[in-house]
Amino acid sequence: MTIYADNAATTKMSRTAIEAMLPYLETDYGNPSSLHSVGQHAAEALAGVRQTVADCLGCAPRELIFTSGGSEADNQALISAARIGERKGKKHIISTAFEHHAVLHTLKKLEREGFTVELLPVGAVGTVTAQQVAAAIRADTCLVSVMYANNEIGSILPIAEIGAVCRERGVLFHTDAVQAAGHLPIDVREQSIDLLSLSGHKFHGPKGVGALYARQGIPLTSLIEGGAQERGKRAGTENIPAIVGMAAALREACAHLDENAAKVSALRDRLIAGLAEIPHSALNGDPVDRLPGNVSFCFEGIEGESLLLLLDAAGICASSGSACTSGSLDPSHVLLAIGRPHEVAHGSLRLSLCEWNTDDRILAEVPRVVAYLRDMSPMWRDLVSGKRKFIL
Amino acid sequence: MALYTDTVMDHFMHPRNVGEIADADGVGEVGNAKCGDIMKMYLKIKNNVIEDAKFETFGCGSAIASSSMATEMVKGKTVDEALAVTNRQVVDALGGLPAHKLHCSVLAEESIKAAVRDYYDKNGIAYDRSGFPDCESCEGCHMV
Repeated sequence: MTIYADNAATTKMSRTAIEAMLPYLETDYGNPSSLHSVGQHAAEALAGVRQTVADCLGCAPRELIFTSGGSEADNQALISAARIGERKGKKHIISTAFEHHAVLHTLKKLEREGFTVELLPVGAVGTVTAQQVAAAIRADTCLVSVMYANNEIGSILPIAEIGAVCRERGVLFHTDAVQAAGHLPIDVREQSIDLLSLSGHKFHGPKGVGALYARQGIPLTSLIEGGAQERGKRAGTENIPAIVGMAAALREACAHLDENAAKVSALRDRLIAGLAEIPHSALNGDPVDRLPGNVSFCFEGIEGESLLLLLDAAGICASSGSACTSGSLDPSHVLLAIGRPHEVAHGSLRLSLCEWNTDDRILAEVPRVVAYLRDMSPMWRDLVSGKRKFIL
Repeated sequence: MALYTDTVMDHFMHPRNVGEIADADGVGEVGNAKCGDIMKMYLKIKNNVIEDAKFETFGCGSAIASSSMATEMVKGKTVDEALAVTNRQVVDALGGLPAHKLHCSVLAEESIKAAVRDYYDKNGIAYDRSGFPDCESCEGCHMV
């Protein structure tokens, strides 16, 4: 039996989401822009689920647009805020060193356009404080973008406090909530969030769909030109089945938020306690303010890809921030941002759990595989013999 | 996993000749921890023939498979034949490697050369240094 422990990458769809989608594939397949009844059924469905998603976030339905996923929502949020800032002569953007590439690469693009981007350091634990944000805000700051929770190391950031600082200073605040939506409570009003991105497939919804919340009065810049869908801010016929599936999954996730968090974090804590017993290992990310499903470790003396392949052979699906898994020479920017040296970051393992994970076989397999790889590692030999100094 | 050929997976899951040779005649270590792969090759050489080869590798699946294959390829060869083993031959023997993993095969070739060089140095055998590129100047780590 495969143990799927890569839920931060994507999740299995829930029955609820699949069943919610089926009518929109089979019978109510209309285009919501069509005037006839088949189209109008789709339009009604769209309006209904927009309300559902709005209820889960604490916003109004008109403050939401549906996108192709979290990346598009991030791109559009940042570009929109940059255009607003630009018109006022404000071209300074604050973000963090460990954002998702959907944010970091969009910021790079804005930098090439002449924006100044300041990435706040995230420290060894992997978080930023509201004080750091407050200290970085300048007269020409147009946007603060801080992720709700980190996808690799699981740290949850103090979003409400950062939101309050931004609101007080009159700076737009965006949060990439892709890992948080459906897993952590979100209330955009209480948390003073101006822009928020989420993605459907991280909480048992379908892939290829997401949402962008933009507080009323914040004009969005359209990334895709065409028809007048999504109030003219996102052209293209709406992916009704996917949007309906995402909304159904989000509603279910939000209805069981506390129950799931309690269950998943109990398993997480068992795994963390067990894996911490592996010598020369270290937990990555905030040990307290942590996503319920995130277990992230570095194991010295081994490389992550071979660890993943062996775990896969043992029926455990996980991920790693090693260079070999990223297809580049450098290990994950997140692990480097929390100060893990390259040689340690290469030996990283992320297990991301959901409420359907129950098996503790992970606790037997990971230490076995780590020991096996260390046995054949010349680096481990040097560490043990004292020729090389242990870092962890 | 479709990333690798069956041969790569076989050599990764069941690596041949893992371990150290305590009384090796030549030992070569290439790669570095920062890049995420280190290969160490041990050779037992008698009458100019490689009688035994073992390896230790810190690295990804293709690094482990490349070193395993390299040890199989040099066993029983003369030193000169072993020096003629190229990274391309390692790749071909493995049934191919993904483009961004080719540097693993380069490390395998280099580890053989480094071990032979060590054997030459230990035994005072003269050799042409240009045939032994040092790891630092090798392009292997920059081939991604």
